[in-house]
Amino acid sequence: MGHVLDATATPTPPDAMGAGPGPVRALDPRTRILAAGAFALVTVAIDSLLVLLIPLAMAGVALLAARLPMRQTLKRMVAVDGFILFLVVLLPFSVPGEAAFYLFGWPASWAGIAQAGAIALKANAIVLMLLALVGSMEPTALGHALVRLRVPALLVHLLLFTVRYIAVVDGEYHRQRRAMTMRAFRPGTNWHSLRSLGYLIGMLLVRALERSERILQAMKCRGFTGRLPLLSDMRFRRRDALFAALLLAMLTGLLALDRLHVGAH
Amino acid sequence: MHIVDGALSTPVLIGGGIAAVGGLALGLRALSLEKIPAAGVLSATFFVAALIHVPIGPSSVHLIMNGLAGLVLGWAAFPALFVGLLLQAVFFGFGGITVLGVNTVNIALPAVLVGLLLRRGARGADRRVAALSGLLAGALAILLTALMVALVLWLSGNEFIPAAKLVVLAHLPVAVIEGLICAAAVILINRVKPELFSALVPPAPQVALR
Repeated sequence: MGHVLDATATPTPPDAMGAGPGPVRALDPRTRILAAGAFALVTVAIDSLLVLLIPLAMAGVALLAARLPMRQTLKRMVAVDGFILFLVVLLPFSVPGEAAFYLFGWPASWAGIAQAGAIALKANAIVLMLLALVGSMEPTALGHALVRLRVPALLVHLLLFTVRYIAVVDGEYHRQRRAMTMRAFRPGTNWHSLRSLGYLIGMLLVRALERSERILQAMKCRGFTGRLPLLSDMRFRRRDALFAALLLAMLTGLLALDRLHVGAH
Repeated sequence: MHIVDGALSTPVLIGGGIAAVGGLALGLRALSLEKIPAAGVLSATFFVAALIHVPIGPSSVHLIMNGLAGLVLGWAAFPALFVGLLLQAVFFGFGGITVLGVNTVNIALPAVLVGLLLRRGARGADRRVAALSGLLAGALAILLTALMVALVLWLSGNEFIPAAKLVVLAHLPVAVIEGLICAAAVILINRVKPELFSALVPPAPQVALR
C-alpha cells in the first residue's frame, strides 16, 4: 500500500525498474509475475494439510528475500484473515463428520476443522508470495511487465493511470476530510453523515473528471499517440532461468508429495 | 467482500475467470485511448472511495460503491474495478490470484447491470427520480454482489451454505448505507456536473471522436 498511496515517493527512473536491493528484486518482473501465478495454481491444488505447510514456508522465505517491511506486510495478512476467520468459525459446524468438540450443543467436525485449516494455509501462503514477488515491484514496473506478457495495452494504460492518480485523489480526499473535520464533522450512523460522505464522493468524482480533461489536453499538447513507450529493457537473465527451474522443481515435487500423501490415506 | 484463494472449487474459479475475461473484453471495447485519462482518474477515485470507512454502531464497514461506478462508467466499470481489485491483491494483500476473476465478476457485473438499468434516471432532469435512481443503484449493486458471493460459495460446496447465508445477511445494512451515500452522490453530480454520467457512456449513439 505504501508506494501506491504515497504521493511523495520519488518515481524510479525507467532503467532502474524492477532492480533494487535483495535477491527477489534482482529478478525480471515478468519472472516474478509468472512465478506467483504458478505458485498460486499449485498451492490451490494441494489437498494435504501437512504438505500445505511447505508452500507457506516457501512464501515466508520469499518474504524475507524480498526485504519487505515485515510488520506492515504481516498487518496486511490480518485483513485477509478477516474472511478466513469467518469461514474457519462456520466450517467446522457445517461439514458433516466425526465430532471433535461441542459448542452449545453444536458438533464441530474434524473434517470441517481440516478444511478450514487448509483454506487458511492456502490463502495466507499465496498472499504472502504475491506480496513478496509482485507487491515488492514498482507499480509502473508491474504495468510494463504486463504489457510484455501480452496483456492488452489499453488495460495496462488504465492500470498505470489508476496507479498514478490514486495518490493524487487520496490527497484530495484527505484535504476535504480535514475541511469537514474543521467544521466539526464526526461520522456517525445518521443521514447527515451519509449525505456528507456521499457529497464528498460525488465531488471527488466531479473533480476527477475535470482533472482528466486537463490531463488529456496536456497529453495531446505533447503529441500523445497512444503508444506505451517501453523505456525499460527487461531481459531474462541466467538468474531468472535458475529461479524458474528451481521453482518448477519445487512445485512439481509439491504436487507429487501431495498425491503420495493423499494416496497413503 | 474479497473471497480468498483456496476456498472455491476449481469449476467455479474457471467459470469466474472466463466470465471476467469476457466482461473485460466488452469493457475495453467501450473505452478508447481518448477516454483512458477519464477512466483512469475515475477508477483511482473509486479505489480511494473504497478505503472510506463508515461507522455502523460500534463497528464500521468500508464502502464498495460499485453501483455508483456502474452509473458513471458503464461497461468500463469492468476494467476499472478489475484494476482496483488487482492493485488491492498485489499491494494490499486483499483477495488473491486464482479468485481474481470471480471477485471481479462479483463486483463489476452488478455495477454494469445497475448502470444499464438506472443511468437514464440518474442523469435525468427530475431530481427526485435522480435521487431515487441513486438510492436503488447503490443498494441493488451491493445486494447483487452479496448474492453472487453467496452463489459462488454455494456452488463450491454445501458446507459453505451457512457462510453464504451470513454473507447476504451481513450485507443488508451495507446495502442501505451504500444506497443512501450513492443517492447523495448522484444528487450532487446531477446538480453540479450531470455530464459525468455521459463522460464514458455517450447518451445516444454518435460518431466516435478521432
